[in-house]
Amino acid sequence: MSEGINEADRPQVLEGAGTDLFSKFDPLIEMRRSLLATGQEDPFSLVMERVISPTIAVCNGRETILLGTYNYMGMTFDPDVIEAGKQALDDYGAGTTGSRVLNGTYAGHKAVEQALCEFYAMDHAMVFSTGYQANLGIISTIAGKGDYIVLDIDSHASIWDGCKLGDAEIVPFKHNDIEAMEKRLKRIPAGAGKLVILEGVYSMLGDIAPLKEMVRVAKENGAMVLVDEAHSMGFIGPNGRGVAEDQGCLDEVDFVIGTFSKSVGTVGGFCVSNHPKFEIMRLVCRPYVFTASLPPSVVATAATSIRKLMHGSNKRAHLWENSKVLHQGLREAGFQLGTAEPQSAIIAVIMPDLERGAAMWEALLKEGLYVNLARPPATPANMTLLRCSLCAEHTFEQVQTIIGMFKRAGAKVGIIG
Amino acid sequence: MNREDTAAKIAALIAPFNKKGVAITDATTFAGDLEFDSLTVMDFVAEIEDAFDIIISMNAQAEIETYGQLVDAVVRLQG
Repeated sequence: MSEGINEADRPQVLEGAGTDLFSKFDPLIEMRRSLLATGQEDPFSLVMERVISPTIAVCNGRETILLGTYNYMGMTFDPDVIEAGKQALDDYGAGTTGSRVLNGTYAGHKAVEQALCEFYAMDHAMVFSTGYQANLGIISTIAGKGDYIVLDIDSHASIWDGCKLGDAEIVPFKHNDIEAMEKRLKRIPAGAGKLVILEGVYSMLGDIAPLKEMVRVAKENGAMVLVDEAHSMGFIGPNGRGVAEDQGCLDEVDFVIGTFSKSVGTVGGFCVSNHPKFEIMRLVCRPYVFTASLPPSVVATAATSIRKLMHGSNKRAHLWENSKVLHQGLREAGFQLGTAEPQSAIIAVIMPDLERGAAMWEALLKEGLYVNLARPPATPANMTLLRCSLCAEHTFEQVQTIIGMFKRAGAKVGIIG
Repeated sequence: MNREDTAAKIAALIAPFNKKGVAITDATTFAGDLEFDSLTVMDFVAEIEDAFDIIISMNAQAEIETYGQLVDAVVRLQG
């Protein structure tokens, strides 16, 4: 019987009872135990004790540069954003205690949806309580029994879970492979509804999709297209609308999914669309209906942040500069990176295995740098990655400091020569 | 294509994925006997789909545990 969360069940069959339902987690418990037994600091239970700015926090007692948040545009401490949140707390209270379709739609929820319509220049916007729920709700609701969903194999967990929640036939294709996608679309029986699901930026390796080509092929084959732009909103594209805008195909995309928990700097999710019947989703989408709406302070901060992101071109330019400098610095230091060229604000450093990845993660933390340790099943091809996500508020000097930290930690752990 | 021809074509396609040279019968399981992980399954399914010009959706894959069930499914999916 387990005495703690890190201990495997012994014996597997409890006396006088059936099999312990937790036995299925034993391999993971054992993997954690053996990793931590080496004295390794736990990469999955870090605590941010104090947050000093979008790029600096005190973690596990050390002042640390943050290079593993999704705070791409550094909006979390924007004075206008904070002020809007405080005002909404005073005016509307701490929470709505209700569903969007009952008592949970306040003026602020309509205001943030209006801000999204203007940000994307689209007719409809629907705000969910998280980005995860936006994918869960939209995907499971629009693709029903007998319909087909054709999606990239490296899609985010929230997309897969949206597929699992619905009743459509699920057909994955090889990552970013236009031909593989087209072949599968052409094999779908005549008359069936088709939804193609793509992402602008794939968050594990930080690579982007050839959306222009893929959206064209999807449309030629009679499919509707949903693009998740969670990691590109606010940053990529002339107006920060994402990869589809950057590649000039946003008009062809039927549904854009996004989140407030990255560039916008708070929490929440959304879908924007020009579909003339889109508003019916508010009544039929269960992850929208059967949960409480976002607190008034959150929608107020989100609306303020979104409106400021419309005018964020200087910050966008600086973030691109940061991404290029870090990519070049790490590549020249001898690290293996997820993309040959920087394609987004995410730079993935490929580790040889989980043990050395975790050791490198800890060495960086001791240097005073936080990055994300990503491991299977979140990663493609069973890779262990140290994922660096840059912020528009990182200074040029901080990026140079970060490169130095990587060089010292990499040499210490034996990742680079 | 009848079951016999379908089975022969699948047998040729599975060979490169059968790294341990397991003797394959209709009862052979992909996860257990052949030790296919999720990446191998994806590549193998894509090969079968392209060879027969069919879709084996994830919903259909969930019902396929053995080699025999795969052959039956491919026969059925060819219509």
